[in-house]
Formats: sequence, structure tokens, C-alpha cells
Amino acid sequence: MLERIVIIWTGYWKMFLGEGLAITLSLSATTVVFGAIIGSALALMKMCRILPVRWIASAYIEVIRGTPMLLQLYFFYFMIPNSFVLTLFGWVHKLMILFGSEVTQRDFVKFMCIAIALIINSSAYVSEVIRSGIQAVDRGQTEASRSLGLSGKQTFFRIVLPQAVKNILPALGNEFVMIIKDTSLASTFFIGDLMSVYNVVRGKTYLVMEPLIVVAAIYLVLTYVLSNLIAAWERRLKKGD
Amino acid sequence: MTDKTPVEYIIETVDLHKSFGNLHVLKGVSERVRPGEVVSIIGPSGGGKSTFLRCLNLLEIPERGHIFIHGVDITKKGVDVNLHRRKMGMVFQLFNVFPHLTVEQNITLAPVLTKKSTEKEAKEAARALLSRVGLYDKLNEKPGRLSGGQKQRLAIVRALAMEPEVMLFDEPTSALDPEMVGEVLDVIRELVHGGMTTVIVTHEMGFAKEVSNRVLFMDDGVIAEEGTPDQIFNNPRNPRTREFLSKVLQ
Repeated sequence: MLERIVIIWTGYWKMFLGEGLAITLSLSATTVVFGAIIGSALALMKMCRILPVRWIASAYIEVIRGTPMLLQLYFFYFMIPNSFVLTLFGWVHKLMILFGSEVTQRDFVKFMCIAIALIINSSAYVSEVIRSGIQAVDRGQTEASRSLGLSGKQTFFRIVLPQAVKNILPALGNEFVMIIKDTSLASTFFIGDLMSVYNVVRGKTYLVMEPLIVVAAIYLVLTYVLSNLIAAWERRLKKGD
Repeated sequence: MTDKTPVEYIIETVDLHKSFGNLHVLKGVSERVRPGEVVSIIGPSGGGKSTFLRCLNLLEIPERGHIFIHGVDITKKGVDVNLHRRKMGMVFQLFNVFPHLTVEQNITLAPVLTKKSTEKEAKEAARALLSRVGLYDKLNEKPGRLSGGQKQRLAIVRALAMEPEVMLFDEPTSALDPEMVGEVLDVIRELVHGGMTTVIVTHEMGFAKEVSNRVLFMDDGVIAEEGTPDQIFNNPRNPRTREFLSKVLQ
């Protein structure tokens, strides 16, 4: 078995670490970045004084957190029209081609549909992370700031948010780790990520276990390194105070 | 209130009421503070002292009653509360210094953001203030490295940087280790001797007696008794005042 793992590795490492890893990582990074942006907006909406705005955010978060991710992937994959993706994000594809990428338009659209689904999913979870991070900042901080005559907005951006970020960033890092694993679900639609590469290699070699162990090892290294980086970073943030 | 002579009083409250849920904390508090006056508020916990103080700069919004600052009713809709808060410095029991900013930034933030002074002016003022309270060498430290007493001194000069007309102290020494109470009281004492109008909620009876022009005894949501320190501490008329003082002055 060990021998066959070595054979799989030496024969296919380029596929695993080349396209497979690249797509897994780019999909995860895209999801984390845009998930955080939309998640922030949702968190603000949920703390908004206007009731209907709060309802909309709450409903969104409940629906997304209350349904399976695989279901959401199916839903958005089949629901988002190609033309929609191309009108909105066609320029990204053109830019990629310009920089020497050989991604076909069809693969690009597939990637984007999956990315949108993952972003929508992640934003719901991230919004709760952000909201609790903001609400964890001591009320006395707001009171002190307001008592100095600063406005609500100044207080939020200069006093509350910088402190909330310290609660939020490590949690966002962990969300990144979660998403890396979650992107494997996207291989259902064969978008070329690590798990998709596994399916290819399995088909070619008729081996089930060995390539799976190789892929597992890559995921493990990825998440292990990332978790440790986040932990180190978290310690540094804490030391700042 | 018939005789409203705005200039004479820096703060005037009329029949303030405040509840938290079913708890009626302030039951009609009317009080006036003249410029330069030092008013101490004493009384048992839950008597409404802190709530009254926090109403003065609208950290708590009273349900009923009026608060006049220089004759302007700040409980009226459309009044720019931020402008009035800038004239009133507040010091909290738990310091509430900003942990993500350096000691200097803690002080310069508000004057710069409110465009009261330029960055340069604010820095100079901050340094002068910090020397005054013996924290100049902590300029670039984060508050996390300061002791409780140092944090509270920082909180006081942070408020002073806005050059307020009134200082409100909400139990400024209650969260301090005993050996640090003195250094904070020294700063407040110096301020008071400099003529700052001051309202202070405190459990430091000796200090209240020493610095105040007037002492208010608050109990059960009302000012149960008020008078000069001598009257309150040596000849309390209200039995509740007597009871309270006999408990705390053992």
C-alpha cells in the first residue's frame, strides 16, 4: 500500500499540487474575502435601527445556516444563468486570459457559480462572527467615547471596530480553514479542485484508497499550517494590548 | 421652576425620572450646580447616584424631567448632545481607557476628531497634561501596561483634554486597590482647587468632606438630604442619612 501511495504521488503530484491545490486555494480565498465583506454588511444590517433591514438580514442568515451547504451549491449552480455571471464578471475572465491563463469561459462560469454559493454560505456564518465580535467590546468603551463628545459613527469606527477586529480576525482565520475543507463539496460539479483531481486519479489508476490518502495529507498539511499561523497571529494580537 | 436664570447655574435638573424596566431608579431629582461648585453625592448603592450623574450627559436618557446646561434644555429633541457632552468631562469607575490606543492617543483622539485642536496642539496639550499627573514617561505605552491608578489618572486627563467646564466623577476610586486611591484623589483635589466645577459620586467620605462645597445624600431615587459637608457629616437631620453615615464611618 505504501509503495502504491508513493507511485501515486510521484506520478500525479503535479496534478494535485498544480491545478488541484490552486483551485482549492483560490476558491477558498475568494470565498473568505468576499464572505467577510458581505458578512460585515449583514452584521451591520442586523444591528441596524431600522426594523425591516434587521428582518431581511435575520431571514437571510437563518435560511443559509438552516439548509445544507451541498443543497445551496446545487441551488446556485443551477439557478445562476451563465449570462449573469458573464455580464458581471466577464472582465475577470478577460483579465485572467490577458495574464496567460488558459481557463475556458465554461470553467470560469462554473467556478464563479460555485464561488457565489460558497460566498453566500460563508457570509451568513461570518456575519454572526462579526456581530458577536462587535458586541463583545465593553459598553464602557462606547460610553467613554460618547462622553468625550464623539458621535456614534466616530465611536464605532475609532473605538469599537478596532477592538472588535481583534476578536474577529482569528475567528475569520478559522473560517478560512473550514472553507478549505468545505470547498471539497464543490467537486460534485467537478471544478478541478483537489477533490476533483482525486476523482480523476482514481479513474485513471483504479485505486481508491491510495490517492485518497494523498489528498487527505495535502488537506491536513494545509489546515495544520494555517491553524498554527492563525494561532501565532492571535498571540501577537493579544500581546499588543 | 419659576426663577430660571440660566447664567447662574451651569447644570440644572428639574424633576428627573428614570426607570430600568420595573425599577424606578430616579424619582424626581431637581438640583442645581453653580459654576465653580464642588458637589459630592453620597448614599447607599442602588440609591440612584450613578444614574443621576449619567443622566447629566445623557448616557442615560431620563423618561421625565429636564436637564439644563447653561440654560439650554438638552433633553429637548434636536439639541446636539455631542456639543454639550464636550463641555462635560466624565470619569468612570472602571476607567474605560481605550486599550487599542497609546496613552498619548487616548488623550488626543477626541480633541482632534472634534476639531477642537490640531494634531500638533493636541499632542502638546497631552504631554503637558501627562506631566501634570506624572505619566509623561508612559506616553507611548498601551494602557494594558498601566496600573489601575495610572489608568484612572489617564482617564481624568483624557477628559480634561477637551477643556470641559464641568467634571463628572462616577465613583472614580471604587475599583482601585487601596494603595492607589490616594494618587487618584490627589489629581482630583488639584483639579478642584483649580476651580473646576465638579460633581462626584463617591464612597470616600473623608474626601467628600474635605473638597465639597455641598454634599447630596441620595437614597431611594431622591435627594434625601443636602447641605454643607459640616451639616451632612456632623449634624445630619434625616434619619436615613444618620443610618448610612453610621454604617460607613465606623
